[in-house]
This record gives sequence, structure tokens and C-alpha cells, in this order.
Amino acid sequence: MNKSLYTIAENSLIATKTYQMVLEGDGVVDGEFVDIGIPGYFLRRPLSVCDWEEGRLTLVYKVVGEGTKVLSEMPVGSELEVLTGLGRGFDPAACREQALLVGGGLGVPPLLLLAKRLKAQGKRVTAVLGFNKADEIILADEFRAVCDEVLISTVDGSVGVKGFVTDAIAAGRPAFDYFYTCGPMVMMKVVCQALDGPGEASLEERMGCGAGFCYGCSIQTKNGPRRVCKDGPVFKKEELIW
Amino acid sequence: MVKDLSVDLCGIRLKNPVVPASGTFGFGLELAGDMDLNVLGGISLKGTTREARYGNPTPRIAECEGGMINSVGLQNPGIDVLVNEKVPALRKVYDGCVVANISGFSLDEYKECCAKADACDGIDIIEVNVSCPNVHNGGMAFGTSAASAAEVTAAVKAVCRKPVFLKLSPNVTDIVSIARACEDAGADGLTLVNTFLGMRIDIARRKPVIANKMGGFSGRAVFPIALRMVYQVAHACRIPVMGCGGVASARDVVEMMMAGATAVQVGAENIRNPFACPEIAAELPILMDELGINTLQEIIGTV
Repeated sequence: MNKSLYTIAENSLIATKTYQMVLEGDGVVDGEFVDIGIPGYFLRRPLSVCDWEEGRLTLVYKVVGEGTKVLSEMPVGSELEVLTGLGRGFDPAACREQALLVGGGLGVPPLLLLAKRLKAQGKRVTAVLGFNKADEIILADEFRAVCDEVLISTVDGSVGVKGFVTDAIAAGRPAFDYFYTCGPMVMMKVVCQALDGPGEASLEERMGCGAGFCYGCSIQTKNGPRRVCKDGPVFKKEELIW
Repeated sequence: MVKDLSVDLCGIRLKNPVVPASGTFGFGLELAGDMDLNVLGGISLKGTTREARYGNPTPRIAECEGGMINSVGLQNPGIDVLVNEKVPALRKVYDGCVVANISGFSLDEYKECCAKADACDGIDIIEVNVSCPNVHNGGMAFGTSAASAAEVTAAVKAVCRKPVFLKLSPNVTDIVSIARACEDAGADGLTLVNTFLGMRIDIARRKPVIANKMGGFSGRAVFPIALRMVYQVAHACRIPVMGCGGVASARDVVEMMMAGATAVQVGAENIRNPFACPEIAAELPILMDELGINTLQEIIGTV
């Protein structure tokens, strides 16, 4: 874990209430998520890492409350204090040859970095991305640039398969030996139950410290209590109790 | 001039007064890879009970103006794991004052856990939590009346040779009478204060934010109330006080000490800044220089 200052290089609206923020700063960002201090707010906001290249950290977040609203109004050039190196992420090595990525809404961003890592290991990657409607779709072009196949579902049917990610999977029947999922808990529950074969899910929980010492985000697993922020947020499918 | 930050707490020399508060620093081990723990005067370990506890359902955390609410509910691996695994492992990387924080649901549980902590070589001070707002039929129930706080104190003192501190709740009408009752029953020191019972409601969902409905409010916003209680108790009792509540800077540490605290615990600030304690310890000598203080011990209770 490191605490350092990052400068906002980009903070732009990319979909309904959804912003892409690029932060520039020193140091390696190697965790699954970062914890951002927002001026005037007590607790930091944990955001998953969408992409990181030498010195440039990309995050995608949705305005859901006062804190993220303030974040969305911060101008380019302002500084943020960020904790990095947090969380145990997806394991690209768990997939042998063919990976299935299943993302829903704001669960989509962290799968982009995973897709790049899987491709770097020479694996075939199919991404299934689910949204409520067309104006909430994010990162579709970025995924198409990286993945072998991208399937989109929208609840209202405005783009891609009408329905949920599971409907898109049933329609496209992508081959995979390992799946990775991130999205609303109810979506991940259905995905874990519907898909045969092994996989892992990135959970969401209201966090305190973000670094494993306050025990504010504990969940019960088949292996006993685990901290979402430190032991996760990514857990193997077989560990999870839904 | 070289600054002397050390303080004497019941005959134990702390290299400085900065102590992470129980529940906000795990068992110390969780942060051993991120900082040099040895810059801390002491560490108060996560509250421990006789049996392992999972604690309360989530959400356990709620954001507030100037602080936060927590309702972790004493998640811990139990006293045997504390004394046999956690403390020996911490001792390999930490040479300061180790404070074991003990909670219970009965007098027998307090006695059994404190006796085990007393017998554990790596533990210096036993802090008895009679003020946890997040568990039913225990914790705070013992700390909200002078008679029951004294009863716990006497029972624990009968089985301990190490210094025993009672950690008191601010959710009472007269904290001084409870502090005096603990002192009269033999307490060696007092830690005050624990969190303030609070609540938030999610107005969109029309439900409490915290799964357990209420929780303990702490953070910068409570500092003036905690300071007032430390001042009142330190002036009414002869035993030393560890001041706790909203401390977020070296200035707050000095203020708590002037009010009467011998050591100062940092709680919620660790949750928003995991490096708060080492940063405060590093700031202290600079602030002492600014204020013309050479020996920190000398400012205790000077106001």
C-alpha cells in the first residue's frame, strides 16, 4: 500500500452520470483498486483500476452520491490523495486457453485491464457486457480493440441482445474454460450459478479502511470470514456463499 | 535540543504517546508490511472475546460529516488465537507497548479472557472494553452504570497482575462517576472515550445505512466532546488516562495531553489515513519545538 498525490489529467462524462478519470503520478499501481480521498469527505472512495500504463491511471466511476458528485466536478490539474496497491485481483493464469469476461454496468471497467493481461498471455478472450440501456454503455470500443469477441446486452434491447448478460451468453454460446465476472451482486450470483466450470467474481462491499485492518467489509465464505478489501475483492466461485 | 517524547504509563515507558485505538489498527500485523510499527508508542489490539466472532452483517460502515459510523460487532478470532498466534507474531516486529483489548458478555468471560491476556508475555497492558455499542447484552451494558463498571473492574483486577485500563463509553450522563467507581474498584488506568452511538438513513432506500441500524460514531467531529470528558475525568481521578476520540493531528495529541491524557489513542483517522499514526509521531517533535516543549511528559494535565 502506498499513499501519494495524483494529478487529474482527464475527468470527462462518457455515459449517463458516468465519468472517465485519468490520473497522473509516480509509482506502480499494482492492486485491484485504489482508494481516493475526496476533499471535504471523511472516508475515501474505492474505485477499481480500469487501466494503468506507466504513470497514467484510468478509472471509471458513476456519480451515486455527494462524494462522487464532488469528484466529477474537480477540474483537470487538481490533485487527489490516493492509496494504491490495494486488493487481490483477477488471476489471468487461472485460464488455460479461452476466457469469458462477464461485466455489468460499473463492473465493466476492471475487466478491461484483465482482458489486456489475458491477451498478453496469448489467450482467446470473449467479453459479455451488460447495461440497462444504450446511453449507459461504457468502454465498448476499448473492449472491441482488445478482445476476440464482444457481446453486448441491454435490458431495454436498445443495443445488442435484449435482456441480461446471461441472455447474451445463451445466444452467443461462447467457448471458455474459465470465467471472470464483475458487476452487481445479483448479476454475479446468477452468472456463477448459470455457468458451468470454474471462475472468479469481484465483489462489492461498503469499505472502511480499504486495506484489511478495520474489518468493516467482511463476508462469510466457505473458508470462513474474509475481508473483501484485502482477501478480495476477487474470490473463486467455489468460495462464495450467495 | 533533543526532544523527549516518552511518557510513563503505569511504570511502562512509551517512546511516544501515540497509540492506535482498538479496532482501527487490526492486530498491528495487518500494517506491518506498510510501515515501521516501532515508531508507535503503543498499539491497542482489536477487541477480543472468549470465542471467535464473525460480527455484524454488512454494511458495517457509514460516512458522516467529520467522521464515520462503524458497526463491526467485535469480529475477532478469540482469546486463544490472540495470545498464541497474534501477539507472538506481532512481537517479532514490534518492541513498543502492546495493549490487549478485551470484551465480554459476562463477568466470567471478562475474567477468563483477561487472565489469559495477563499470562501472555507479549502483552503489557490490559484494556477492558465496557463500552462497545455494537453488541447486544454485553459491551456497553457493563459500562453505563457505575456499579456494573466497578464490578467488572474488581473481577478483572482479581485475576491480573498487569496494569488494567477500563475503556469507558461516552454514552452516559455522568462519565466522572463511572470513572471514579472504576478507580475505587482498583483500575490502574482509564481509556476514554469509545464511540458515540449514532445512526444514518439512506433516504432513497428508506432504510438505515448500517445493517445493524445503529453504530459507533467517531472521527474529528467528536474531538471537543472527548477532550472535555478526558479533562473532567483526569481532574477527578488520580489514575492515568489514555485520551481517545477524534484525534487526527499532533496538535490534537498535545491538546489531549494538556487536558490530562498521559497517552493518546488515534482511532477513526487511521481508517481514512492508514499512515495517520506514524505521521503524527513524526510531527510531534516539530510541534514541540514550535511550542517550546522539550519534554512531553511535562505538559500532561497542565490545563
